[in-house]
Amino acid sequence: MLEILYLLLPLSLAVIALVGGMLWWAVFSGQYDDPDAASQSILLDDDRTVSNISFKRK
Amino acid sequence: MARSNAVTTETFNYGVVRQFAIMTVVWGVVGMLVGVILAAQLLWPELNFDTPWLTYGRIRPLHTNAVIFAFGGSALFAASYYVVQRTCQARLFGGLLIPFTFWGWQIVIVGAAITLPLGITTSKEYAELEWPIDILITLVWVAYAIVFFGTIVKRKSKHIYVANWFFGSYILTIAILHIVNNIEMPATLWKSYSAYAGVQDAMVQWWYGHNAVGFFLTTSFLGMMYYFIPKQANRPIYSYRLSIVHFWALAFTYMWAGPHHLLYTSLPDWTQSLGMVFSLILLAPSWGGMINGIMTLSGAWYKLRTDPILKFMVVSLSFYGMSTFEGSMMSIRTVNALSHYTDWTIGHVHSGALGWVAMITFGMLYYLIPRLWGRDNMYSTKLIEVHFWIATIGVVLYIASMWIAGVMQGLMWRATEADGSLTYSFVESVKASVPFYAIRLMGGTLYLCGMLVMAYNVYKTVVGETAVNPEIPKDLVKSLPAAAVVTA
Repeated sequence: MLEILYLLLPLSLAVIALVGGMLWWAVFSGQYDDPDAASQSILLDDDRTVSNISFKRK
Repeated sequence: MARSNAVTTETFNYGVVRQFAIMTVVWGVVGMLVGVILAAQLLWPELNFDTPWLTYGRIRPLHTNAVIFAFGGSALFAASYYVVQRTCQARLFGGLLIPFTFWGWQIVIVGAAITLPLGITTSKEYAELEWPIDILITLVWVAYAIVFFGTIVKRKSKHIYVANWFFGSYILTIAILHIVNNIEMPATLWKSYSAYAGVQDAMVQWWYGHNAVGFFLTTSFLGMMYYFIPKQANRPIYSYRLSIVHFWALAFTYMWAGPHHLLYTSLPDWTQSLGMVFSLILLAPSWGGMINGIMTLSGAWYKLRTDPILKFMVVSLSFYGMSTFEGSMMSIRTVNALSHYTDWTIGHVHSGALGWVAMITFGMLYYLIPRLWGRDNMYSTKLIEVHFWIATIGVVLYIASMWIAGVMQGLMWRATEADGSLTYSFVESVKASVPFYAIRLMGGTLYLCGMLVMAYNVYKTVVGETAVNPEIPKDLVKSLPAAAVVTA
């Protein structure tokens, strides 16, 4: 028997449990309530540094 | 919330992004140069000049460490530090830990560049560095995690952009993989013994090795893709929902592909089958992500005609699709029986490394560097175009020659006469590979030339310019849709 699996399998299951917990949190804390707004949000952030209007804008 | 006349203005930390961006270019040149020397040594073994420090066995790990951890690693630090600040609208968290991640990582790389040619190695592939360097990597990585997740915690936008999930999972997984695989007992300062032996060691090594490919070279660069492609194309990602599914599907299924590196070995049969099945399952999320990235340009394909930065990004996704398909196929036992131990594997790796990882990195750097030094564009867009074509032709020559050499080697090794004896001796297959090694050397040299063109372009862009650290926009969070804003 491959004894290393006694380490790797529980470790992988722990990681899966962690991933599952994160997914649970993300879904129920409202992270995915408005995916369209989320995809637009990075485009609203003007990161040009020449004639940067993002911090000159009134 | 009306604090329009606040006195203190907080700025983004672009300094550390600049440091990592420049070192990405420097280590790219170094790592690829070592690769070209290795390719030349396969044709002309005299090129080690009878010096032990320059022998193939010692500088091959130098090449892999330099391109994966020095070039790729620096690119990931730069991209993740930039993306997490811009998408969270917050300055990096962590104070002195931030410069520590930069200088610590550079010391790791210099340590690798000194110890590997001296023959100091644990002999575990992609984890060759000895225990003192392993400990430094662990410290740097913990600091990296604190800086990254600390910035997420202090974010001003409610939503965590999908790229950050990819970066976060890569940081977390690499920490676990590195620590578990490198448990070792030091004997002297530069010699240690692994806690595992025999097939146990092989299993933990490839559990590490394949997940390192999966999380260091795939998940993390997908994070790069999900930010820089929409930004450069100035269009939202094709489907944000698909990107969410892509992330969670990868996070749940990546961990068990490793045993496909050990098909037909003394690993138990069921473990080999498990590795093969998971490798095949991976094809679905991989192609979902590729389609999502490429379709971001649907309706705006004309941009590809004039924008070489987008060309880099879209071609990198094509190579991502190709190499993930190839990888899943190569994990099937019957295909693996032909491909394993041949140069086909080398071709597959470089299709991923040169085609996907390096090309998305070039796109990212060409986007980032002007912004870090307060410019509109790179010094020369023409030179980006030149770099793109040199690099693309280089990759195609490289992988096509290795495919042909690999399949030929596999067929020659398995050919038998009617009486059961082998048709070819091993050295005959080596001799037959020589022309393909020459083509590979040409491809690799072209790729290195492209990298030098980039280094020149970056130098001309940066020299004489002042570094900028823009203010964090105050009104952006207010202009975002209600669902994306923290209600404080």
